[in-house]
Amino acid sequence: MKYVLIIGARSDLGREIARLFAGNGFGVYLAARQSAGLAAECEHLKIRYGVQAKTVECDLRDFSSHAPLYGSLHPKPEGAVCVVGYLGSEDKAKTDFTEARQIMETNFVGCVSILNAVAEDFEKRGEGFIIGVSSVAGDRGRRKTCIYGSAKAGFTAYLSGLRNRLHRHGVRVLTVKPGWMDTKMTEGMNLPPLFTAQPEDAARDVFRAWQKGKDVVYTKWMWRYIMWVIVHIPERIFKKMDL
Amino acid sequence: MNAAAVKKRIANWGNYPVVEAEVARLETEERLAGLLSRPMIARGMGRCYGDASLGERVLSTLPHDRFLSFDEGTGDLECQAGTVLGTIVETFVPRGWFLPVTPGTRFVTVGGAISADVHGKNHHIDGSFCRHVRSLRVMTADGGIVNCSQNENAELFDTVCGGMGLAGIILSAVIRLKKVETPYVRQETVKAKDLGEVMDLFERSADWPYSVAWIDCLSGSGRALMIRGAHATREEALGLPVSGAKTPSLNVPFFLPSFALNGVSVKLFNALYYAKARRGVTTAITGYESFFYPLDGVQNWNRIYGRRGFVQYQLVLPKEQSRAGIAAVLKRVADAGQGSFLAVLKLLGKGEHLLSFPMEGYTLALDFPITKNLFGLLDELDAIVLRHGGRLYLAKDARMNAGTFNKGYANADAFRARKAKFDPRGVFQSLQSKRLHI
Repeated sequence: MKYVLIIGARSDLGREIARLFAGNGFGVYLAARQSAGLAAECEHLKIRYGVQAKTVECDLRDFSSHAPLYGSLHPKPEGAVCVVGYLGSEDKAKTDFTEARQIMETNFVGCVSILNAVAEDFEKRGEGFIIGVSSVAGDRGRRKTCIYGSAKAGFTAYLSGLRNRLHRHGVRVLTVKPGWMDTKMTEGMNLPPLFTAQPEDAARDVFRAWQKGKDVVYTKWMWRYIMWVIVHIPERIFKKMDL
Repeated sequence: MNAAAVKKRIANWGNYPVVEAEVARLETEERLAGLLSRPMIARGMGRCYGDASLGERVLSTLPHDRFLSFDEGTGDLECQAGTVLGTIVETFVPRGWFLPVTPGTRFVTVGGAISADVHGKNHHIDGSFCRHVRSLRVMTADGGIVNCSQNENAELFDTVCGGMGLAGIILSAVIRLKKVETPYVRQETVKAKDLGEVMDLFERSADWPYSVAWIDCLSGSGRALMIRGAHATREEALGLPVSGAKTPSLNVPFFLPSFALNGVSVKLFNALYYAKARRGVTTAITGYESFFYPLDGVQNWNRIYGRRGFVQYQLVLPKEQSRAGIAAVLKRVADAGQGSFLAVLKLLGKGEHLLSFPMEGYTLALDFPITKNLFGLLDELDAIVLRHGGRLYLAKDARMNAGTFNKGYANADAFRARKAKFDPRGVFQSLQSKRLHI
């Protein structure tokens, strides 16, 4: 049985992506903090899809644990999906560097740390795939998502670099840029339904893009065009705007 | 970000009424206990038609959707309340198991099916959904978690079954699936020229596990098609793909204008539907999906009634009153010229819980698009139903008054007493429970 490692399996999108892979015959490693809480999801995957499923304890900010964590996986996964998102509080992050640091370490540094371990193995094996869930917030820095957006921008650039590095070794890297999504992370925000993806729909977009061998996918699809416009607004105008 | 501040516009399947509601999500049981300080009502797929799962504050059970265990020997499936019946069917039909009872759509949750004690085409033999529930885990109004079944905390179990979500929040359930040999159904379609003939057919079809009839209620005579079926055996399904039949999926992408359904188009549909069946009895082996879930093949079919929505009016009458009562209802509807696209007739067995809809007799379900004359007509129909000793299905209802409820449901006060016992602060309330003073 082929396995896929889901990093950030407690997130709504992570859970839906794990289910899609399980439904396509993949065994699943569900990695997250307090992974005991994922035991029920593991049982579900086993009963629903008849695949193997295991939980893996993973604290993204405990960088030194990442290489041993990946080393402990047997069998080694065919692919890794990094679905980590910590929105944090932009307001708090302005004055409280602990918060800013947590946003950057969770959304960027931790992801790099663990995916480096994955990439090294895949590169050696000359096979595998990596799916990184970044954000449209990383396409351009904005007042309201200054820290979060910069961390995601870093992650987007990392994934692009990783793709460039691993392509010659037969390893595929897919960058996912969700716009608004109706998840735990955005609970309580008033998001316009037309532009807001449901996690199961976003997961389907991701899975389809992976099947088609795409490099970058936006979900919902219209975010590609929205971001194209936003990225092309001249800075001298953009700096005065309130998006 | 204050979760309390955001409201969403939501409606159930009939798209009437539409309300602004605060929507919380059932993520973990620990978190749920903290949400019980203010009134709420649990909601799954929103496939009840009216306002039974609407309120100012709604708890979506959909994130709580996992299979927890399955016993290959007995068929006992333990799953969380937000599990959708379609997921169960999709998973277990290929392994030779089927739902013991299924409503006409597979897009309902286990929690919803239990709360409305839903019935299926086999009610006359197998009873309603709750008969096959082995046990429940319920969070009561005080935040405690209670296991209950017919033997353990039986009073709570009896109140939660068919309790419309008003006695506690169902967290998970053990339901017993039944063995089937194939994913197919042996189906017979029988033409009946009027109401009397179709009722005789029901009497003579009592041994068939599944039976239901479609009535053309604009024809005057009440001509009908009865569809009866049984799970096909291996021999009967010989040569058909083991994986089952694939049914085409259609979608209604937007609300049709409200004039799309009118007397003429409905008459035409019914005439075509009736003409499609040949004389006498037609036999076929059909996929389980097209037999049990004919309308699930058309996504968002509720939109054909337009943005104003519709009401499904489902009544049941005691058997001895059924012929006269249903004839009176159909006559009143025909006189009013109100087109009902869907008129479904079925013989039911006894109801088993305090607010269970079924009683021994005939149930009739009619769809009415919302118009300004509709509510007057429905009040008249209520009077006919009560005069014949009947009642209306809470899972479909959006508009009956408390008097109609009290007269139809003999156990209404008994349920109120139980509700007061298990939920003294009135934490669990819906728009429907407020309207009906439950």
